[in-house]
Amino acid sequence: MGNHDIKSEIAWPADIFRVLKDTDIRQAAYVPDAGHSRLIELCQADEQIRAVPLTTEEEGVAQLAGAWLGGERGVLLMQSSGAGNCINMLAMVRECRFPLLMLITMRGEWGEFNPWQVPMGQNIVRILESVGVIVHRVDDSSRLAETVNAAARLAFGTSRAVAVVISQRIIGFKDWNTVRQEH
Amino acid sequence: MAGEGTSTTTVNTLDRREVVARILEQRGNALLVAGLGSPCWDAAAAGDDPRNFYVWGAMGGAAMIGLGLALAQPSRRVLVITGDGEMLMGLGSLATIAVQRPANLSVVVIDNEHYGETGMQATHTHSGVDLAGMAAAAGFPYTAIVDEEDALDSLIPGLYLNNAPTLAAVKVAARSHPTVLPPRDGTYLKNRFQEAVLGTTAFE
Repeated sequence: MGNHDIKSEIAWPADIFRVLKDTDIRQAAYVPDAGHSRLIELCQADEQIRAVPLTTEEEGVAQLAGAWLGGERGVLLMQSSGAGNCINMLAMVRECRFPLLMLITMRGEWGEFNPWQVPMGQNIVRILESVGVIVHRVDDSSRLAETVNAAARLAFGTSRAVAVVISQRIIGFKDWNTVRQEH
Repeated sequence: MAGEGTSTTTVNTLDRREVVARILEQRGNALLVAGLGSPCWDAAAAGDDPRNFYVWGAMGGAAMIGLGLALAQPSRRVLVITGDGEMLMGLGSLATIAVQRPANLSVVVIDNEHYGETGMQATHTHSGVDLAGMAAAAGFPYTAIVDEEDALDSLIPGLYLNNAPTLAAVKVAARSHPTVLPPRDGTYLKNRFQEAVLGTTAFE
């Protein structure tokens, strides 16, 4: 495994969560990802946030459009492969200029072992940008909270879709690779 | 709830325009999400309203837009009127909605068993796929298949009063109507809906 700062690995989901609270996020839609597991738990435990598990990620894009129509802010949590599921729904976001905050944990890049993750992981940023999503990429966990804060301000302040792409380098690959390497 | 009455034929006779008009007559202060294609034209024909959000694309997303809206506005009734093809593309959302169990969300599928905008090809419901049954299996407490007038009359109050997710498949004739176009600019539809629901504070 990489030379991760263990302390920051533990801290960053809580840092992001504080930003989401400060942003008055009320709906957190998600398809589970190992990298988001702690943040999902924090959202589930919060009484002001409705945590909504999805069967597929584009449901969350539609849900958060509805949330905004009703005056609530939301966040969509997913991994890079799931972002690919969202493309046509993102066309609505663009056409209607819905604000949308997405936090995307990356697969298919830093130390990936599963080749099937690579095609989406290597292309999702340009795919998202091509459908009008503004992408902030973060490789350093110490920059995550400020980036999510900036993304939220941009999304809700200017009615744009903004994705924070969280590098696999931050999440670490020990959860998958150390297990695999033992076999 | 379905089909009690005299109908013994498999040919659906309800008229979609009349069905949607009758449902919306009783809407009160309900909010409407209309799924792409004919449900948008049906809702527009019944009378345009700023509390209507017409989804001109995003196929498969109408029910989830309804969920997000229902969660954000728990004191308002949210009605989704969509087509069978649109609902079939978002079947997973039935499970997602059932798990959230909003008390104020009703979904009406205007089921003509065909893709009306693309040449009237048969949808899966034409081969017997039962959307109300799928919703019930997902956990919707209130589901119905409606294919005649009396059942429609008894369905409508529950769409606005039931205290848990409701899905009704209303079987209608596969007949084309003149297209009645609602406004189609997305930002306009969004902004006027928000102003109607939230007031001008939505834009501060």
